[in-house]
Amino acid sequence: MLRRVLLMVLILMFTFISPILADNHEAQYGGTLIYAQGADADALDPHMTTLGNSADVIVNVFDGLVRFKAGTTEIEPALATDWEISDDGLEYVFHLREGVSFHDGSPFNAEAVVFDIERQLDPEHPYYMEGSYPYAGFSLGMIDQVKAVNDYTVSFTLKNPYAPFLKNLAMFATMIVSPEAVKEYGEDIFKNPVGTGAFKFVEWVRDDHITLKANEDYWDGRPYLDELIFTVIPNNQTRLLEMENGNVHVMEGLNPTDIARVRENDELELLEAPGLNIGYIALHNEKKPFDNKKVRKAMNYAVNKEEIVEYLMGGQATVARGPLPPTIWSYDESLEGYPYNPERAKSLLEEAGYGDGFEFTLRTYSAPRSYNPVGARLATAVQQYLSEVGIKANIEQLEWGTYIEEGKAGKHTAAFFGWIADNGDPDNFLNVFFNSDNRGSTNRAFYVNEEVDRLLEEAQQITDEAEREKLYKEVQQIVVDDAPFVFLNHMKMQIPIRKSVKNYVLYPTNNKYFHKVWLEQ
Amino acid sequence: MLSYILRRLLLLIPLLLAISIVVFLMIHLIPGDPVQIMLGDKGTAEDAARLRAELGFDEPLYVQYYKFLSNLAQGDLGRSIRNRNPVINEIGSAFPATIELTILSMIFASLIGIAAGIVSAIKQYSLVDNLTMVGALLGISMPVFWVGMMLMLIFGSRLGWLPISGRISRMADLEVITNFYLLDSIVTGNWAAFRSAFSHLILPAITLATIPVAMIARMTRSTTLEVLNQDYIRTARAKGLPEKVVILKHVLKNALIPVVTIIGLQFGSFLGGAVLTETVFARAGVGRLLINGILGRDFPVIQGAVIFIASFFVFINLIVDILYSYLDPRIHYS
Repeated sequence: MLRRVLLMVLILMFTFISPILADNHEAQYGGTLIYAQGADADALDPHMTTLGNSADVIVNVFDGLVRFKAGTTEIEPALATDWEISDDGLEYVFHLREGVSFHDGSPFNAEAVVFDIERQLDPEHPYYMEGSYPYAGFSLGMIDQVKAVNDYTVSFTLKNPYAPFLKNLAMFATMIVSPEAVKEYGEDIFKNPVGTGAFKFVEWVRDDHITLKANEDYWDGRPYLDELIFTVIPNNQTRLLEMENGNVHVMEGLNPTDIARVRENDELELLEAPGLNIGYIALHNEKKPFDNKKVRKAMNYAVNKEEIVEYLMGGQATVARGPLPPTIWSYDESLEGYPYNPERAKSLLEEAGYGDGFEFTLRTYSAPRSYNPVGARLATAVQQYLSEVGIKANIEQLEWGTYIEEGKAGKHTAAFFGWIADNGDPDNFLNVFFNSDNRGSTNRAFYVNEEVDRLLEEAQQITDEAEREKLYKEVQQIVVDDAPFVFLNHMKMQIPIRKSVKNYVLYPTNNKYFHKVWLEQ
Repeated sequence: MLSYILRRLLLLIPLLLAISIVVFLMIHLIPGDPVQIMLGDKGTAEDAARLRAELGFDEPLYVQYYKFLSNLAQGDLGRSIRNRNPVINEIGSAFPATIELTILSMIFASLIGIAAGIVSAIKQYSLVDNLTMVGALLGISMPVFWVGMMLMLIFGSRLGWLPISGRISRMADLEVITNFYLLDSIVTGNWAAFRSAFSHLILPAITLATIPVAMIARMTRSTTLEVLNQDYIRTARAKGLPEKVVILKHVLKNALIPVVTIIGLQFGSFLGGAVLTETVFARAGVGRLLINGILGRDFPVIQGAVIFIASFFVFINLIVDILYSYLDPRIHYS
C-alpha cells in the first residue's frame, strides 16, 4: 500500500516538474566556461595594471564601490549602496554595503577602502610600492583626502571638482583589494588576487590559463557558473578552431576574414556592439602646413573613410564623424563630419595657398592595435587617397615604444593614434585630446583653443549631467570645425560565443563580465 | 674522460660571460624603451622618469651590466618587467614545456629520418628513394606555422583525433611538481593526465620535426651511401653475413656518426622552431616566453631566457661529443 502511494506521489511530482525541467529559458547553474584570450594577464591586482587581458579577469574577482549597469556606462551601486555629493562637487560620501567579506574572510569596510586608496597615492603608506600603480594618477589623482567616517561610511575630498569621478570608481582600476591580502602577500600580491567579487581565484599557470571558481557567498547572488577559465591562445586561427571544436565558449580577437565563417556556423553567434574608441590621425597644429585650418579640413575631406571601414577593415568599424563614439552619452547627433569629397578638398587646398599640393611625413606604427585592425596598411590607404588630391605623404614607420614617446613629445608632423575609453565619460575623450594642458602627453595634435579649454574645465566642475551634455556638444561642434585630427573610425566590439552561452552582455568598456552568464547543458 | 667533461663545463663560464655581454648590449642598443611600452599610451613623462629610476634604467650601461652580473652570480635573474614574476620562476615553468616538446620531436625526427635515409640509400634511385627525397625537400621548404595549421585542421578539427592547443586539458587535475607534465603524471600515477599531456604533444612535435626529419633523412642517405661503398662492407658481405646484420651492425654504426652531429646541432633550430610552434599550438614554453619578452622589451626575461637556452645548447653539444666516443672508438678525449 505504502509503496503504491509513494509511486503515485512520484508520478504526480514528475508530471508537474517535467514542464519546468523542459523550459530552456530558465537559467541553469553549473558548468565550466572557457574564455580564450590572445595574451596572458600581466597582473591580477586591479591597481597594478592597465592591460585589458588583466582587467577581464579582475572585474570578475573584484568589485568597486559602484559599477556599470550591464551593457552601459551608467552607474549603479555595488560595494556602496548609496552616496551623496556636496553642492560644490568637492566631497563624495559613500555608504557601504554591510556584511560583505573578501574571499579571504576578512571584512569589507571603510578602513579597507581607505587602505586601498592610500596604498596607491601615499608614498608614506607602509604598503606603497614605487612605480607600481600605472592607473592611479588618472583614476585617483584628483583625490585630496579619503577618510573613514565610521565602519561603513567613507568620504572623499577632491582637490578640484571633477564630475567624472563616479565613473572612475566603476573602473576596474579602482576596485577594492583585500588589505589583509596586501599585507600577507607583499610583493607577490599581483598574482594572488583577493577581492569581494563573484568569482574566487584558484590558480594562474602563466601564459596558459587562469582558473576562477564561483563565490558561493557573493553579495549579489552566486554566479551561475561553477568555474570560469581564462585561457591564452595567441594565434587567432587556433583560437577560432578551438571555438569551433567546442573547447572554448567565448573568445576575443577575430580576424576580419573570419567573420563570415562565424556567421555561417550554426553553433556560434557573433555578438556585436559599437565600441568606446576612436582611431585618428593627429595633425600637428603648430607645424606647417597643418597650422592652417583649411589644410586640416582638406585632409579630412580627402580620405575616403567609408571605403576604409567597409573594405580595409572588413566592416569591423564605423566612420567617425567627430572625436566621440556615437554610443557615448552627450554625443552630438547633428554632426556631419567630413564625408568623402575630394573636390572640396582640392578647393580648400587652393584657398589655403596649396593649390599644387604639398609633401609631408606621415608616421605610423606597424602592428594592428585595438582601434586599427590593419596596422600600417591603414597608412598606405590614406597615402593613396591623399595623392589623389595632390598631397604627397611619405610614410615613416617606427617601433611602438619610440613611436608613442615621440608622439607625446610632438616630434611628428602627422601620425596615427587611437584611444580606448577608460571610464565611459566624454571628458575621457574630449579633455584628453583637446585640453591645451595635455600637450606633451595626450593632446597629440598640440591643439590650442581657449574657448574649448574653458568649456572643458567648466564641464568638469559641474555635476549636473544635462548641463555637462550641453557643454560637451558645444566642444564637439568647435573641434570638428577646427579639425585638429583626421577623424577616422570607431571599432565595433565583436565577440564570438557558442550558442550554449546564455546571457552574455557586451559592456562598452569591453571588459568581460561573467557573473550573470550561464551555460545551457 | 671525466677531466674532459669537467674542462668542458668550466669552459662554459667564459662562454656564458661572452653571451651575456652580447645579449646585454643587443637588447640595450635596439630601439624601444621598455618604460614607454609598460606605461603605454596614457603615462606621463613624470611617470616614465619615476619608473625608469625604479627599474634602474637611468644608470649608465656598465653599472646596469655590473648589477646584472653580480645578481646572476647569486643565481638571481631579476624580476620580469612585464609581470613582476621572478625570471627564474618564469623559466622554470616554461622550460619543461619546451624540453618535453623538443625531446619528443627529436625522437620522431630521428626515428623517421634515419629509417627513411637508410631505406632510400639501400634502394637508391628507386621509387621509394625518389619519394623520400621529394618529401624531404618539401619538409625543409614548408613554413613551420603552415604545417602546424594544416595538421590542426586535419587531425584536430576534421578528424577530431587530437587536441590542438595548450599543454594539457584545461579541466585536467594534475598535481604539478617538476612542470614536466609527462613526468609529473607518471610520478603521481595520474594516467588520465598523462594521456592528455601526451596527446597534446603529438601535433606540435610532428610540426616541429618536419624540418629536422628532412635534414636527418638526407644526411643519413648520403652517409649510408658512402659507407656502403667501403671495403669493409664488401668484406662483410663476402664473409656471407646476412644483409640485415651488414646493414644494422656495420653500415649503421659508421653512417650515424655525422648524423649524430646533425641531430645535436638541430637542437638549436628546434628552439627557434619552438617559437612558432608554441605560438600556433598555444603552448606556454620558452619560445613564447622569449618572443613575449622581446615584444615587450622585457630585458630581464630576454637575458635570462637566452642565457638559459645557450647553456642548454652547450650542454647538448657536450653530450653529442661524448656520444661520439661511444659510437666511434677511434675518437678519444683526454
